[in-house]
Amino acid sequence: MSELNRGLIEARDIGVVFGSGSAKVQAVRNVDLTVQPGEFVSLIGPSGCGKSSLLNIAAGFVRPTSGALTVDGVPVTGPGSDRGVVFQQYSLFPWLSVRKNVEFGLRMAGVAKSQRESSARTLLGLAGLLAFENHYPDQLSGGMKQRIGIVRALATSPQVLLMDEPFGALDTQTRTVMQEILTNMWQRFRISVLFITHDIDESVFLSDRIYVMTSRPGRIKAEITVPLPRPRTAAMTQTPAFVDLVNRLKTLIREESLSAMGSELQSGGVSGFGIDVGPEGVGKLI
Amino acid sequence: MQPAPIYLIDKAPPTPPEKAPRSQPEAAPAAPQPTVRPPSALLQSIADLAQRKALTMLLGVISVGSLFLFWYVGTRYQLEFYIRFKNIPTPWAVYEEAVKVLASGDFYVNVAYSLRRILSGFLIAILIGAPLGLLIGQYRRVREMFMPAVEILRPIPAIAWVPMAIMLWPTSEASIVFITFIGAFFPILLNTVHGVHSMDGVLLRAGKCLGASEPRLFWHVILPASLPQIFTGLTVGMGVAWVSLIAAEMISGQYGVGYYTWEAYSLVNYPAIVLGMITIGVLGLICSGAIRLAGVIVMPWLAFAPGGRK
Ligand SMILES: Nc1ncnc2c1ncn2[C@@H]1O[C@H](COP(=O)(O)OP(=O)(O)O)[C@@H](O)[C@H]1O
Ligand SMILES: [Mg+2]
Repeated sequence: MSELNRGLIEARDIGVVFGSGSAKVQAVRNVDLTVQPGEFVSLIGPSGCGKSSLLNIAAGFVRPTSGALTVDGVPVTGPGSDRGVVFQQYSLFPWLSVRKNVEFGLRMAGVAKSQRESSARTLLGLAGLLAFENHYPDQLSGGMKQRIGIVRALATSPQVLLMDEPFGALDTQTRTVMQEILTNMWQRFRISVLFITHDIDESVFLSDRIYVMTSRPGRIKAEITVPLPRPRTAAMTQTPAFVDLVNRLKTLIREESLSAMGSELQSGGVSGFGIDVGPEGVGKLI
Repeated sequence: MQPAPIYLIDKAPPTPPEKAPRSQPEAAPAAPQPTVRPPSALLQSIADLAQRKALTMLLGVISVGSLFLFWYVGTRYQLEFYIRFKNIPTPWAVYEEAVKVLASGDFYVNVAYSLRRILSGFLIAILIGAPLGLLIGQYRRVREMFMPAVEILRPIPAIAWVPMAIMLWPTSEASIVFITFIGAFFPILLNTVHGVHSMDGVLLRAGKCLGASEPRLFWHVILPASLPQIFTGLTVGMGVAWVSLIAAEMISGQYGVGYYTWEAYSLVNYPAIVLGMITIGVLGLICSGAIRLAGVIVMPWLAFAPGGRK
């Protein structure tokens, strides 16, 4: 039962600076952020405000310039299988079959072949993908690849799942299905999720709590608890509570996007505002 | 199976009659396939397939046939038009030479020598070139350490190494293998480096998050991700290795098909020259075919890759 109390993410006074000299960019400043064990938390904000940077710090790809991020009290020093990561781009290994992809983390952990095969099968069954276990990723649709990406990240039983716009490349229809599958998986595994999206409806539908970030340098502008009960249903997206919250978030984001555009106009270049097309926040790779 | 050829003939008028039956086995499996398409559409598609295959075959025959025709006409009438066919043996003379030579053991000894040299040189080139390429591709410091030297040595053709190789190595056998190695090494090395560089970085990050340590990352992620490029390097490397081998055998060798060909020239045995050339061509073809086959076996997933193998 101690599992239930694991997966606490705490970011304290995080600052991220990329580059040096005239190319210096303060991406994130003074960010405090907490994800409770088993909680689903979304991070939204204008493009380039440092969302990916924060997630990459949690994943261990980027070191914060100042402050610290801990998972269950232990500072993150590098990537590891205690934190599952789902990327926006498809990141399945094209040379491995679907099942071998899911087994990868267990294989690295030295789990015996028969055991990891059966775990992978169980997980694929839950995601409704068992029939495709021997396919190669290139034989599957984008939605399926992303589902397998989630399953693969969950296979090593991480305490937290970090997701950077995992459904960004999918069409609306597939997205909706993926959101339900993700909710199911999350409830079944009872792990903490830090989820980045630029889709406000998605963040409200999925989250217990939402952090809204300011434009660069990114700080926490607002922290909003989603008052909707669980389980969430598609019908809920029509309720006044849902619609009001979405509108409130939209206003907050618009303010920030406009201010980002304002400052970029002054500094002589508008780039990637509105839709999140910023670089994938790969800072100093650890 | 039965109605197809009938349809095929009136559907594919340019198909020469002797070619049509050859394409039948290709088309046959489609016939019993349970399909909702109307029979006429099915027949249509069989006919289309047969037509395409037949056309491919026809063009292939024309391609090779005109080569032989040119050779035959040139030697038969001893054409003299800038190029001189006076001393060139006819296809028939070469055939007779082949029959004679294939019955004796010497020819096989030559082939065996060449194959042994190419395999040794090529294998050593893989064993050194691929791992070094992975390290150079992955680590900046290794790259900075090796690439300047590589850039200086790379433009020197393997043939230019012949005198140096003879001085360097105690036996001519070793120096020929060394020259073959030099020919294969650089294409393999540079393509491997390129393979690592063109790898999608997200795969590396995915591997790290799934708990892969650095050495395992090499084996389980970087190597398979670079395999397609490595195989490109192998294909190119094999071609260059043959060029280098033949040149080395002609200059410094004893035994080998290159030596055989040059020897034939010295002994004024002209049909043997052509036979040597054909042998070199066939062996090269077999070697590159073997690499392609190995690629298909080692990288089955490429059959599904977008824009991958056709
Ligand atoms: N490796 C890097 N080097 C320099 N600047 C970077 C790097 N990664 C991200 N940035 C910059 O930091 C800012 C935040 O990026 P990111 O975290 O990707 O934002 P978001 O995910 O919210 O769009 C952006 O302005 C981006 O240009
Ligand atoms: Mg981002």
